[in-house]
Amino acid sequence: MTAAGPARGGAAKPRWLIRGATIAGSGDGFRVADIAISGESVAAVESGLDHAGATVLDADGLVALPGLVDLHTHLREPGREDAETVETGTAAAALGGYTAVHAMANTDPVADTAGVVEQVWRLGQMAGHCDVQPVGAVTVGLAGTRLAELGTMADSAARVRVFSDDGRCVADPLLMRRALEYVKAFDGVIAQHAQDPRLTEGAQLNEGEMSARLGLAGWPAVAEEAIIARDCLLAAHVGSALHVCHVSTAGSAEIIRWAKAKGWQVTAEVTPHHLLLTDELAAGYDPVFKVNPPLRTDADVTELRRALADGTIDCVATDHAPHPVEAKETEWSEAAFGMTGLETALRVVQHAMVDTGLLDWAGVADRMSVQPARIGRLRGQGVPLTAGAPANITLYDPAAPAEPVIASGASKSRNSPFAGMHLPGRVVATFLRGTPTVLDGKLALSR
Amino acid sequence: MKRHLISAADLSRADAVLILDTAEELAALADRPIKKLPTLRGRTVVNLFYEDSTRTRISFEAAAKRLSADVINFSAKGSSVAKGESLKDTALTLEAMGADAVVIRHGASGAAHRLASWVHGSVLNAGDGTHEHPTQALLDAFTIRRRLRGDGTPGARGAGLDGLRVTIVGDVLHSRVARSNVLLLSTLGAEVTLAAPPTLLPLAVGSWPCAVSYDLDAELPKSDVVMMLRVQQERMGAAYFPSVREYSRRYGLDAARMARLPEHAIVMHPGPMNRGVEIAADVADSVRSTIVEQVANGVTTRMAVLYLLLGGMEFPEVAQ
Repeated sequence: MTAAGPARGGAAKPRWLIRGATIAGSGDGFRVADIAISGESVAAVESGLDHAGATVLDADGLVALPGLVDLHTHLREPGREDAETVETGTAAAALGGYTAVHAMANTDPVADTAGVVEQVWRLGQMAGHCDVQPVGAVTVGLAGTRLAELGTMADSAARVRVFSDDGRCVADPLLMRRALEYVKAFDGVIAQHAQDPRLTEGAQLNEGEMSARLGLAGWPAVAEEAIIARDCLLAAHVGSALHVCHVSTAGSAEIIRWAKAKGWQVTAEVTPHHLLLTDELAAGYDPVFKVNPPLRTDADVTELRRALADGTIDCVATDHAPHPVEAKETEWSEAAFGMTGLETALRVVQHAMVDTGLLDWAGVADRMSVQPARIGRLRGQGVPLTAGAPANITLYDPAAPAEPVIASGASKSRNSPFAGMHLPGRVVATFLRGTPTVLDGKLALSR
Repeated sequence: MKRHLISAADLSRADAVLILDTAEELAALADRPIKKLPTLRGRTVVNLFYEDSTRTRISFEAAAKRLSADVINFSAKGSSVAKGESLKDTALTLEAMGADAVVIRHGASGAAHRLASWVHGSVLNAGDGTHEHPTQALLDAFTIRRRLRGDGTPGARGAGLDGLRVTIVGDVLHSRVARSNVLLLSTLGAEVTLAAPPTLLPLAVGSWPCAVSYDLDAELPKSDVVMMLRVQQERMGAAYFPSVREYSRRYGLDAARMARLPEHAIVMHPGPMNRGVEIAADVADSVRSTIVEQVANGVTTRMAVLYLLLGGMEFPEVAQ
């Protein structure tokens, strides 16, 4: 267990029987069965289980997934509690079906010391909506000049394994090489925000027809692809693990496919918004569509979906980036980069990947739970639903009629690019180690 | 016409011709002893200028005043903007003061677009970042039509710019004037060619309704109009071109180059000019140059736009 769940303190442990769920495991297709939960674990996954005394949850028509894991979440605490707190961010995560999130390091102060990562880790435990695994900064203050104390963060109570300067690129090739090499000592991984800083000075929008027409400074695909290519070569050279954050271009997917074919330790994520939205949405200059990396083209979206389907891209990560209203109700160039995503990720993935026939529910379980937990070196998460597994479960109704997305949810912020879009599906319940954090689509924990 | 004028793409050919024809009517006023019309009496026009641009602001101010509108000049300097007020809050303030039209000049592309979503009055884009400057394109079209279609008199009413070959030279990538002119002049039937070093053209320029050339000298003999764009100070030394001297040598319009133009061709510049960089002094001051005329035409064209957006379709005052 990475964190003490709310179930741990109770004397009488709740027992649940989830009846008639469609079980989506990794690699085993799916089948309809009952799930019995005893204590913090799955007791049995069989048909026709009859547990007298258990609370029964009718899951007819619902898909049961291992609790979702997000590799890329901005919880904003400490420092920007006006945008999000660990409490509100993890509540949003639970409502989206997540049982664990990785909290990015670009807080204020930056999570570049054991003290800050332990604080975030403890705030996550106190919130209880899901596990919070802090990500440590690669460089002091995200400044890209000196390595942060990576080993001390790894040895801390927060057990940091993923390190990232996300929001900024570790652009210095020597520093990147050293970071990749250094974290081998404790099975760490460097998660790179691939963005050449010189090629993106003042950049606002994907460089293409839209940026030319709108007069917004172009953000070339090559600024991402050149760094990914370099980092793959560096990771191969020193035999280290590289994770590529928020892949956004067709060319990036091609480079990662090539690196994987070489057998190098390269993994990658894609965001829900890059699986669905394009730079055409910037036509009205509404900064709710301003994000880093930028929304790209239809051709990129198509390739990213294909790469996620064939496993070139290992997982979906939200890059949930909450911002207060005033950071978005402004001119495009003044506005903050980022979109919320925790509460809509699964619905977007259903729409973009499942309903299009690119991925089945076993594939969704793999890309949204198993793989991100593996890349994040998370214990007790991303385990397929079998007897003895931790009872981290997401119950999802894919047949729920497509309702327009409501921007205001549990997150403190409302910068959802999906607001008003009709998306299918609904997260019905989320269980964290046997205790429901969400029931009937609402937060189950009272506070 | 739409309620706002934000992009030249908002204008159909009929809209654009109506504006030019209206400007011709209003130009007649300039020859009268009393240059003022009562058309917009009681209406309030706000000039909201976030960038220094004396010439554009004065042009809009003169246009609104000649139509008897009340004009409020709101400049970023010395206003609450300096204290960090957001564009939205400023918009709501102007709204509360009852602005019927807001003329906005802003350094951010899309600022006029955003403003239009927050106010009820008409929004006129007087230049937003590197996006558009539609009234500049209208006054340029008006100038071209007068010079090359109407012998300098209001005889070209109803006409477009069909078949005229316009070459726009210089920093297209960062130019709002170029974007608006490509859209408007092609709507009016002109054949537009952009001549610039590849570094100063958008990568996706192929999707625009114009031709592209890297060779100015090849374009000059077939141009009816050459429009020179200003080279901004901040582009110099940012690797867009090796040196100002080389830029001037390859893309500057000097007397020798001007001599390659057809006899009837005109030379335009939206101002302010860098004499000796994109245009030589003797070219700027030559008889082919319409630079001063463009300034005068700016007032009448902007009067026409304000009139059509705020006034209505009839103007009996100048009908005779």
